[in-house]
Amino acid sequence: MTVGIVGYGACLPRHRIKVEEIAKVWGADAPSCKKGLELREKSVPALDQDVITLAVEAARNALARAPMVDPQDIGAIYIGSESHPYAVKPSGTTLAEAIGATPNCHVADFEFACKAGSEGMFVAHGLVKAGLIKYGMGIGADTSQGAPGDALEYSASAGAAAFIFGADNLIATLDFTHSYMTDTPDFWRREGMNYPQHGGRFTGEPAYFKHTIGATEAILKKSGMKPKDFAFAVFHQPNGKFPMRVGKMLGFAREQIEVGWLVPTLGNTYSGASPLGLSAVLDVAQPGDKIMMCSYGSGSGSDSFIYTVTERIKDVQNLAPKTRWMLDNDPIYLEYGEYAKFRHKILKAEE
Amino acid sequence: MRDVAIIGVGMNKKWGELWEMSMRDIFVEAALNAIDNAGVDHIDSMYVGCMSGGLFTGQEHVGAVMADYLGQCPVPATRVESACASGGAAVRAGFMEVASGMSDIVLVSGVEKMNDVSGDEATYALATASDQEWEAFSGVTFPGLYAMMAVAHMHKYGTTIEQLAAVAVKNHANGAMNPRAQYPMKITVDTVLNSVLVADPLHILDCSPITDGAAAAILCPAGRAKQLAKNGAPVKILASTQASDTIAYHSRSDLTSIESTVRAAAAAYKMANKKPDQIDTFEVHDCFTIAELMVMEALGLSEKGKSGPAVQAGQTAIGGRTPINTSGGLKSKGHPVGATGVAQIVEVVEQLRGDSGPRQVKNAKVGLTQNMGGTGASSVVHILEVM
Amino acid sequence: MPTARAWREYPRRYRYEAAVCAKCGKWFFPPRLVCDACGHREFEPRAMKRTGTILTHTVIRVPPAPFKDQAPFAVAVVEMDDGPRITAQYVDWRAEQLKVGQKVRLEFRKIYTDGHAGTIQYGYKAVPA
Repeated sequence: MTVGIVGYGACLPRHRIKVEEIAKVWGADAPSCKKGLELREKSVPALDQDVITLAVEAARNALARAPMVDPQDIGAIYIGSESHPYAVKPSGTTLAEAIGATPNCHVADFEFACKAGSEGMFVAHGLVKAGLIKYGMGIGADTSQGAPGDALEYSASAGAAAFIFGADNLIATLDFTHSYMTDTPDFWRREGMNYPQHGGRFTGEPAYFKHTIGATEAILKKSGMKPKDFAFAVFHQPNGKFPMRVGKMLGFAREQIEVGWLVPTLGNTYSGASPLGLSAVLDVAQPGDKIMMCSYGSGSGSDSFIYTVTERIKDVQNLAPKTRWMLDNDPIYLEYGEYAKFRHKILKAEE
Repeated sequence: MRDVAIIGVGMNKKWGELWEMSMRDIFVEAALNAIDNAGVDHIDSMYVGCMSGGLFTGQEHVGAVMADYLGQCPVPATRVESACASGGAAVRAGFMEVASGMSDIVLVSGVEKMNDVSGDEATYALATASDQEWEAFSGVTFPGLYAMMAVAHMHKYGTTIEQLAAVAVKNHANGAMNPRAQYPMKITVDTVLNSVLVADPLHILDCSPITDGAAAAILCPAGRAKQLAKNGAPVKILASTQASDTIAYHSRSDLTSIESTVRAAAAAYKMANKKPDQIDTFEVHDCFTIAELMVMEALGLSEKGKSGPAVQAGQTAIGGRTPINTSGGLKSKGHPVGATGVAQIVEVVEQLRGDSGPRQVKNAKVGLTQNMGGTGASSVVHILEVM
Repeated sequence: MPTARAWREYPRRYRYEAAVCAKCGKWFFPPRLVCDACGHREFEPRAMKRTGTILTHTVIRVPPAPFKDQAPFAVAVVEMDDGPRITAQYVDWRAEQLKVGQKVRLEFRKIYTDGHAGTIQYGYKAVPA
């Protein structure tokens, strides 16, 4: 059975903060931060936005691009995130309620650092392929935190992308998948702690690069394809440099990566990162284009996917807001104080 | 149906932050003052207007508590609630009990003790007068709802923030002469406009305060009034009317009009056989300055949209054509929610008896009170005439 | 907010489910049991379109306790394109978009949380369309 994407949608908050604003407060050198991270600014969720609200709007946009899908026929909804609002109570149940998919639906929340979104996609598509459900939705959404003054504060941002998988009315077929993982302690957060910790430079070669390369090389081998066969490649984008470097190492050209490379002005949307990159690519893809997507989640692992875009893509691209438009259109810039308030970084009185 | 008269009125000595006094203390002081003013030796029944003894003091069953502490058990005692119109509704309930012949001497009263809770808790309690699920849930506050009424009125009619402020200035000028008032100080338009914004465009001085206070009156059949009244002329209730409207402001048919007051007033003018220009003095519900402007229009004291200029021109000052809120209104006198409607009756009765001292409206014979709940989901209007 | 009280309103707050009087066609949001225009007691369930127009607005500067952090925030009366009027917070606007007549759309947003340990209340807010 050929399975693929039936609809896709994204949601980005409107607020932004520039690297200079953050650097100013901590006495860091903004130009070198920007150069080192290849990142200028990031998105900031408002006080009334969280993983659930972003995921709901992304899912609504995905349904707008799949008008033939009755939400009651969605058999599975998986939201992957590092910042689910509840420790116990799935984000997916609220989303299911909001889009009218209850009650006959399988819901579970996923976590695996930044690859939780692609995991949701991986499993949703798998259930459709197994013939167990008609449509399945995988969503990557995050409003992750960077510790004040830490390097991650420049990049930790917010966003969501949702994908509906099915076996009919496809806008892109999902031809191959692969998942590659090991136990690698590059970045983690203990239960109850506000901010994650990381292993500094250890997050590079033994973590991001090893798993991204592992998953990509495996899927290229599995599919018998080469980098030049692809119109687009989307990698996990924790900063501007890593996806470009890994792409180069794997033999992809900069032009293949650029369309899905949102991080310089979006920041790292964690579980939303490669899914959002994929949504930006789908917004401009042409029928017949092949897309390679490879996520990365610390801990560590990567999920890779190969898609082929169909004719139907042209019918849906304009049915919901495009990702680059949401990124670039009239953002609202914050100063650090308001940013800190929005991100609950200010110590308040006990309630 | 019998005619009904008021033969005694009273309030507690001063309205404000009464730290030493409990809700029972405040009520009893006001009720005894009304009973003494009437000179009656017993009552048959009592009504107590109180918006929320529960949220403010943890006490429900307010009728029973007040009957007990007033030493009036076993008379029937009922607490009446209609948000900020609780007092007016209590008066109307008492009016009906006397008019029907059921009772002869009825105490109508109102009390609210608002300062035992924090500002936040008081704000929460007041917001229960709005639609909890479809207004308050969004985070809109009471001042916020009235602010939206102001914006709608300003957008349609060009009403200005200076005209809103003029209402507060006038009411404070009156309240400065009222020894019972919570804030008896004069203010200027600039003072209002420079005060902190609560909900655009309303400033803190556009808003009535949080107050502890009580008021009471004694009703009897008009036929026995002259014989029973010991202190001051009896005052006949010519009309007692009430109307409801949608709980949510957004559901009103006209966002720039208070329909429940329009209806209750029309019914009152009809019941009393009086026109607006035959009324000498008015006590209206200025919970916010915009409310007074909109009520003016609803009562027919100015054309729609023209209330702002009318206030600026002095029409509603004590010496003006239609004096409004000679007491200082809710703004300067204070607004202990359940008591307000009854205090309006007290002020008008004193005006009609010629007892208002420096606040006296010359030759006042007929007066009108307008009390409303929430953003106008309930309105109670009374028209009184000295006998 | 007791959880049941919030939960029973999910179809309205999450999916904008309204009711149309089967006799006179008046839209009700939230749905009612009896039509206040014609007294009829049967209704057809319909979800409202998400778009509407601002009829009046304010900016709340002294917020209620659960909304302390969000102040100042705008609130508006919005007339939905399908007819019913609602009161909602208005967010993500630029100064020139806070006006009577502004076209808006409803978005799924967090309304407030019951402290650090209580439930999170979700619902609708308006954004510029």
